[in-house]
Amino acid sequence: MTTVAVREPLATTPPVRPGVLTPFTVFVGRSLRHSLRDPEALLMGIALPTLLMLVFTFVFGGAIGGDSRAYIDYVTPGIILLCAGYGAATTAVAVSRDMTTGTIDRVRTMPVPGVALLVGHTVASLLRNLFSTAVVILVGVLLGFRPAAGPVEWLAAVGLVALWILAITALFAFLGLVAGSAEAASGYGFILLFLPYASSAFVPVATMPSWLRVFAEHQPITPLTESIRALLAGVSPGGDAVAAVLWPLGVLAVALVLTAWRFPRTRSRLVH
Amino acid sequence: MTYTDEVLVLDDVTKRFGAHTVLDGVSWRIGPGITALLGPNGAGKTTLIRIVSTLEHLDGGRLTVLGHDVVRERRTVQQLLGLTGQHTAVDGMLSGTENLVMVGRLLGLSRLDARRRAGELLDQFDLADAARRRAGTYSGGMRRRLDLAMSLVRAPRVLLLDEPTTGLDPRSRRALWEQVRRLADDGTAVLLTTQYLEEADALADRIAVLDSGRLVAEGTAAELKAGAGGDVVEVLDEHGQPSGALSTDGTAGHVASVLRSLPGTARVQVRRPTLDEVVLQLTGKDAA
Repeated sequence: MTTVAVREPLATTPPVRPGVLTPFTVFVGRSLRHSLRDPEALLMGIALPTLLMLVFTFVFGGAIGGDSRAYIDYVTPGIILLCAGYGAATTAVAVSRDMTTGTIDRVRTMPVPGVALLVGHTVASLLRNLFSTAVVILVGVLLGFRPAAGPVEWLAAVGLVALWILAITALFAFLGLVAGSAEAASGYGFILLFLPYASSAFVPVATMPSWLRVFAEHQPITPLTESIRALLAGVSPGGDAVAAVLWPLGVLAVALVLTAWRFPRTRSRLVH
Repeated sequence: MTYTDEVLVLDDVTKRFGAHTVLDGVSWRIGPGITALLGPNGAGKTTLIRIVSTLEHLDGGRLTVLGHDVVRERRTVQQLLGLTGQHTAVDGMLSGTENLVMVGRLLGLSRLDARRRAGELLDQFDLADAARRRAGTYSGGMRRRLDLAMSLVRAPRVLLLDEPTTGLDPRSRRALWEQVRRLADDGTAVLLTTQYLEEADALADRIAVLDSGRLVAEGTAAELKAGAGGDVVEVLDEHGQPSGALSTDGTAGHVASVLRSLPGTARVQVRRPTLDEVVLQLTGKDAA
């Protein structure tokens, strides 16, 4: 065999490693671009919160609360959590798409931590859903929602919402990792989106049959709703606050452990 | 300047998925230039590419890229390699430029350098006009070119192409061949898998044939054709088109006896076997 010179890397491309944070900022930027360019995601982020506020205030408000102005103070926290669920569910689809195209393979052949791809989707989901939260509150205020919270209560309420978004986004990211396709990924999330309806988000649990009431009192949305509602009303959330913090932390921990175990074992699904 | 004639060295490389042995002790030395890996579906071609590109672990044996062990020096190997997989890694929601800048940034280029490199590559791959358009609107050939450009952002010394032209029309296929050949002329070693024998014949300096996880032949196209038995007697129809082919062992006696078995009025031609026939003979299966 003849000996041929194998070229040295181009002078314009020195063998440098990216900064530690660069892969994370690059993937967050990518996921945000996806959100902004996806008409469905935008619709989900703006139209859904607006429509849900209108429906719950004017359609159900009179029937449930007797007076839509009073009901709006009751229902706004629940709508925030409901919208966060819908928004976070799209993370499963985004992660699944990266796993079923060549994207994950390309990332893994580059000297960057592959998990940065998941962090990108998660951070983008957090920002996207906090934006939806702002839309809900804004529409609420226009319709007569008058929160009595001070700066500390506001911070605590937004903190709880952010924590919950983070927790379910991490869970949806894991579902996207294990789902066989983007369609299946969005299907798996159905049960999570159903949680707010079986909680104190829209009606007090006291009105529910006893079996449902047991479930409603022992799932994350009820303490979260109660705490956020209390905080926005300028009242101390009391004992609900503990459950409202522990639930998302627990979900987050489980999701991260599952992802840490599964991600390195996930092959691009187009092989074999 | 590094001089080497061993780009990839595979030493008894073994890979199993469960009870199924996909690569069964492959030993192979790959030099510079373009090397094509041929073989039927399920022969282990993609698995081999994935092991070289650090996407799969070895179950046995050893594999080095320019002297660096794929297991112990994974990060170094990643710096030397570019991979264009079977399935496009192009992000359809981002423009051509954005796709390339993203890869550049991930590989450690500054924002400015990443942009400059993206511009160079878009020019080189005839994508400058579509640079700002979302890649989701590109044709199949354009996506493949962008995908290839993305694996060349850091000028890899070894380029791995897994079925680079599958699904492309003949014109796009030829355009891609041209690009690959140019890269090889510039000194990039290329290992490609293909189901198109024509592609291996036209593009590769050396060809290997993989069958059921074993390397069954290796050499230049001419060597493979010469090694794999003899000339083919082709029977032609009234329009001069081949209507049947009879293989021989290449000796005058055998060719003569084959010819005698045909009617005296038959029109025939004797030719060297095609690579297709060689692979069929080596593996007992059609390559595609």
